[in-house]
Amino acid sequence: MKAPDFIYCRAESLADALRLKAEHGDQARWLAGGQSLLAALAFRLSEPTALIDISRIDALRGITFDAGVVRIGAGTTHTALGVSDIIRRHVPLLAEAVPLIAHAAIRNRGTIGGSLAFADPAAELPACCVALEATLIAVGPKGERRIAANAFFEGVYATALRDDELLTWIEIVAAQADEQQTLVELTRRSGDYAMAGVAAVLRGDAAEITHARLVFFALGDRPVAAAKAAALLVGKPLDEAQVALAATASAQEIDPAGDLNGGPEMKTHLAQVVLSRALRQIMTQAKAKAERTAA
Amino acid sequence: MSAIIDPAALDRPNSYIGKSVPRPNLPKLVEGRGQYVDDVVLPRMVHVAFVRCPHAHALIKRIDAKDALAVPGVLRVFTGQDLAVVCDPWVAVLVHLAGMKSAPQYPLPLVRATWHGEAVVAVVADTRALAEDGVSRVLVDYDPLPAVADMETALAPGTPLIHPELGDNLCFQRINESGDVAAAFKAAHKIVEATFHTGRHTGVTLEPRSILADYNKGSGKLVVHHSTQAPHMMQGVFAKQLRMAEGDVRVICVDVGGSFGIKVHVYPDEVATVAIAKLMGRPVKFIADRLESFGSDIHARDHRIHGKMAVDAEGRITAIDIDDLTGIGPYSVYPRTSAIEGNQVINLVGGPYDFANYRAKTTVVLQNKTPTCQYRAVGHPIAVTVTEGLVDLAAEALGMDPITFRLKNLMRDDSYPRTSPAGMKFEGLSHIKSLGRLMDMIDYPALRAEQDAARAKGIYRGIGFAAFIELTNPSPFMYGIGGARISAQDGCSVRIDPDGSVVAATGVTEQGQGTEGIIRQIVAEAVGVAVGAVRVITGDTQNTPYGGGTWACRGAGIGGEAALQAGLATRAAALEVASAMLQAHADTLDIVDGNIVDRATAIIRMPLSELTRIVYFRGDTLPPGLPRELMQTRHFITKEYPFAFTNGIQACWLEVDVETGLIKLLKHWVVEDCGRIINPLLVDEQVRGGVVQGIGGALYEHCAYSPEGQLLVGSMADYLVPMAAEMPDIEVGHIETPTRESLLGAKGAGEAGTAGAPAAIMNAINDALRPLDAQVLAQPFSPERILQALGKVPMRG
Repeated sequence: MKAPDFIYCRAESLADALRLKAEHGDQARWLAGGQSLLAALAFRLSEPTALIDISRIDALRGITFDAGVVRIGAGTTHTALGVSDIIRRHVPLLAEAVPLIAHAAIRNRGTIGGSLAFADPAAELPACCVALEATLIAVGPKGERRIAANAFFEGVYATALRDDELLTWIEIVAAQADEQQTLVELTRRSGDYAMAGVAAVLRGDAAEITHARLVFFALGDRPVAAAKAAALLVGKPLDEAQVALAATASAQEIDPAGDLNGGPEMKTHLAQVVLSRALRQIMTQAKAKAERTAA
Repeated sequence: MSAIIDPAALDRPNSYIGKSVPRPNLPKLVEGRGQYVDDVVLPRMVHVAFVRCPHAHALIKRIDAKDALAVPGVLRVFTGQDLAVVCDPWVAVLVHLAGMKSAPQYPLPLVRATWHGEAVVAVVADTRALAEDGVSRVLVDYDPLPAVADMETALAPGTPLIHPELGDNLCFQRINESGDVAAAFKAAHKIVEATFHTGRHTGVTLEPRSILADYNKGSGKLVVHHSTQAPHMMQGVFAKQLRMAEGDVRVICVDVGGSFGIKVHVYPDEVATVAIAKLMGRPVKFIADRLESFGSDIHARDHRIHGKMAVDAEGRITAIDIDDLTGIGPYSVYPRTSAIEGNQVINLVGGPYDFANYRAKTTVVLQNKTPTCQYRAVGHPIAVTVTEGLVDLAAEALGMDPITFRLKNLMRDDSYPRTSPAGMKFEGLSHIKSLGRLMDMIDYPALRAEQDAARAKGIYRGIGFAAFIELTNPSPFMYGIGGARISAQDGCSVRIDPDGSVVAATGVTEQGQGTEGIIRQIVAEAVGVAVGAVRVITGDTQNTPYGGGTWACRGAGIGGEAALQAGLATRAAALEVASAMLQAHADTLDIVDGNIVDRATAIIRMPLSELTRIVYFRGDTLPPGLPRELMQTRHFITKEYPFAFTNGIQACWLEVDVETGLIKLLKHWVVEDCGRIINPLLVDEQVRGGVVQGIGGALYEHCAYSPEGQLLVGSMADYLVPMAAEMPDIEVGHIETPTRESLLGAKGAGEAGTAGAPAAIMNAINDALRPLDAQVLAQPFSPERILQALGKVPMRG
C-alpha cells in the first residue's frame, strides 16, 4: 500500500494551477484534502504522473453571502463549512450534513470541492448540492463554466468536469423563509458511508407544500432525485398519509445495487425508511417553527 | 509463606498484588517512543513485498520476473522453488488429535496457490515502495482451478480435492460423548433445536504482522526482530525450517502492538522473509499492510453448529447434542493447528451446566479460503453462543424466565472439584455467586419493566444473558502432548543489582495488555521493593528464561507464579546475606521498601543498596562460605489440572430498530472470576476490551467471501471493527476463587469478555424480537439479517 512514484507540485494561485495542469497534462490530478485520492494511490487504483496541490490557493477558500446567494470556495474544509454562521443560517442542510461526513480528522482536511469532484455516490455533499439546486463553477483554460448540480454527477466517480477544468466555487441560493431542509442517513457505525440516505428540501406551510426536492444517496451510481415522490407532496399539506405515499412512490425511482451491507431489496427498504424519517423530521421542524412564530 | 497471598492482609508499603498500579511502559507508548519492528533500521537492510494470488485456487504455470527486475531499486525476485532450497516445509498436525491430517506447506507455494491472498512470489528492493513497484510488474501465469468455497459441500462427492494426496478434504473429526444421549432425548419433556452460524472474522492489530530477519553469514547467526507472542517457539521454528541449530537463532520482540492470538502462528510470508535473509545475507524487513493482512492474517470462527437440548418437566437440562462444522482454509496452521478451535467447541459446550448426557461432534474441513487458527477466546464464543442460545430456547419452551432456568441448571458453587460431561476438570468455579453478583448490578425487575413500557410505545428492547467458562493456564495437554514444541512451562529470573534495584527477566511476553506491569508488581512485592525499583525484561530469547510466551491466558497465572517464586527466592537469598552482615537470624529480618528491616519492629537496619555494595564490591568482608546468590530463577507449570478454568456471566441490554435492523447497545455487564486479581484496572480493561471484540464478531466484523472464494474485504471501510461511538458502558464485577495450584492463585482474564459477549447480544436481540416472532442465529447480526428475520427483506440467495 505504497503509492507509485509521482511528481508533486503546489499551485500558489488559480492561474498557477491551470498552468501546471497544462504542463503535466491528462495524467495529472488535483490534490485538495487528499482524503480519498491518497487512499486510492496507496491501493494503486490510480497511478497519476503528477499531483497538483491546490490546497494553498486562498481564492478557493471561504464562504460569502451576497444578494441572497451563498458562495463557497471549493477548497473550504468540511470543518470550516460546519462552523460557518452563513451556512447555519442560509443553508442549514449543509450544516446538518457535515457532522455525518466520516470522522473529525478527515473533516479537517477534506474539502467540499474534493467531495463533489470525487463524486462518490454514497457521499452526503453531492446529494445536498442536487437537493439545493446548487450551481457548480469550474474554471479551465477557456474560462469559467457554470454547471447545474443535477447535471454535474454522471456516475460512480464520474462528473461533467473536463480534464483541464478545476472546480472552484459552489453557489447556493439561500433558504427561503418557508423552507425546511434536512438530511437523514443510516450507517452501521458513526462516520461510515451510508447504507441509505436522503437530502430533503421542502417549502410551504401547514396548508400546502409548494416545493419539494428529495435526493437519495448511496442508492444509485450518483445522487438520485426522487422526482415523482416529490411531486406527490406538492400542492398538499404534509401529513403521515402523504409521507407513506411519497415513501412508497420513491421505491419505484431507485434501482440500487447490493453491497457488503445488504442486497438491493434491503437498500430499497431503507430508502423508504430514510425518506419517511426525513419528512417526519420536516413536519416536526415546521411545527416548532410555527410555534415559535406564534409565540 | 505457605498460604495464598491475601491482599487485604498485606497492606504494607510494597503490597502491590491486587492494586491498580499504573504500568511502566505506558508513558513510552503514549509518547510514541515504543520500539516496534518497523522502528528497527539496520545497515544494508532491504524490504520484501509479495505478489499475492488473485484466485481462490490456481495452478502456477509460469512466473516472469524480467520486468520487475528491471525496476531500479529492485534487487531480487524469489519463487517457491528458490526458497525451498534453504527452507523445509512444515505439516501442522498434533498427534493427540487422532486422525488429523494436513499437507506440507512451503513459505511460497511450489505448484498451486490455494487461497485468495496467498503469497506466491517475493520481490526484494531498497524500499517497500520499490518492492511494490516490482510486485506490480511480476507476471504470473495462473491456470484457475475449481475452488472449494462452501464448507457444507467440502466433503461431498464431486467436490475437488485441495490436496489429492490426503484422499479427501477432511482435516479432523472428533466425537466427544458421555452418558446416554439417545435415551435422554427419548425421555425428554421438551426438546429445543437450532442451527447457529458464527461468522468468519479476524483480529485486527494496531501494529500489523512485522518481521525483520538478519542473517550474519560471518557468524552463522540469525537474529529475528519479530512482532510475536511466542519468541522461544519462533526460535525453534526458524531453526528447524532453516536447518540451523536452535542456539544460532535469536528472536527479539521489544514492543508488540496488539496480538489477540493473531501473532502466535507461523506465517509463510514471514518464514519466506527469514529464508530470503539467509539467502541474501542481508537484513530483510517485511511489514504486512492492511490490504494484505485481511487475506493473510489468520481468520477464525467460521462455524455452523446444529444444536439440540433436552429438558425434563422440572426444567432441568438432561442432554445436549451438537454437530459442529468448520472450514479452516487449505492448510492447518503450524504449529498449533487449525483443529484446536473445533476441538475446543466440543470441549466447552454446556460448560457451566449440571447435566449428564452429552454428545458433540466437530468436523474440520479444508477449503480455499484464508487459513483459520486460534484467535482470542479460541472456540469459546462459538460454544457459548450454542449453549446459551439453546438455554434461552429451552427456557422459552418451558415458559420459564431465563434467569430462573439458569439458576436451576448452573453447577453449584460447592460441587467442586468435578468433571464436566465434556470431560473438563474444574477445580473451583462460582457460577451461582457470579449470577447473584450480576443480579445485584443490573436491577433485573426494573429492566423488564422498562422493556414492557418501551414495547407499548413500539420500541423493542431486549436483555440477554450468557454464562461461560474460560480455559486458562494451559498445561502440556493443550499442545505439548501432541508433539508441538510449545512450552507450557514458564520461567522468571530475578536479580538485585548493585544499586539495590531489581531486574526481572521473564519468558512471558507483552503485547500491550500489561504483562510487564503485573510482573513488576509481583516481583516488587515478593522482593520487598518499590515498583519503581523493578525493571522487567521480556521478549528476547537470549535474555529471558525459556518459556511459552503469552497466549491462552497464561501470562498472569503461569508467568506470574514463576515471577512470584523467583522474587521470594531472591528475597530469601538477600536475607541470608543480611543475616550474616547484621548478625541476626534471617527469620527476624525482612525487606521493606528497599531496606533490610527488623521484622518485629520495622526498624531499618540497612538499605538494600548497602547489602549489594558489600556483595558486589567487598565480598572479601563476608564469611567465605556464605552464598551470595542475588539472582534466582524459578519455573512454573501447572500439574494437577490440565487447565485452570475461570467462569462468569454477562448481560446485554439493547434496542433493535425494527425499521432499519440497526442495533443500539445500551449497556453491558460482566461478572467474572479469574481467581486472584493482580491489577484490578488491567483486569477490568481486559474484560472490556474482550467484550468489545466480542461485540465486533456479533455485530460488525465479517471476512465476507464471494461464492467463488474471493475475499471481499480489503480495507477498514469494508471490514467493520467496533468503534468507540457505538460501544455501551461496560460494567465489570468480580468474584475471586483463586486456584490452589499456585501461591499466587491467579487464573487468566483476557478472553472472558470475548467468550460471552456474542451470546449475550444474540439472546438480547432475540428477547427484543420475541413479540414479533422473529429470531436471528447467524453472526454477524447485521441490519440485513435482522430485517430478513422480521420478514421486511427477502433472504439473499
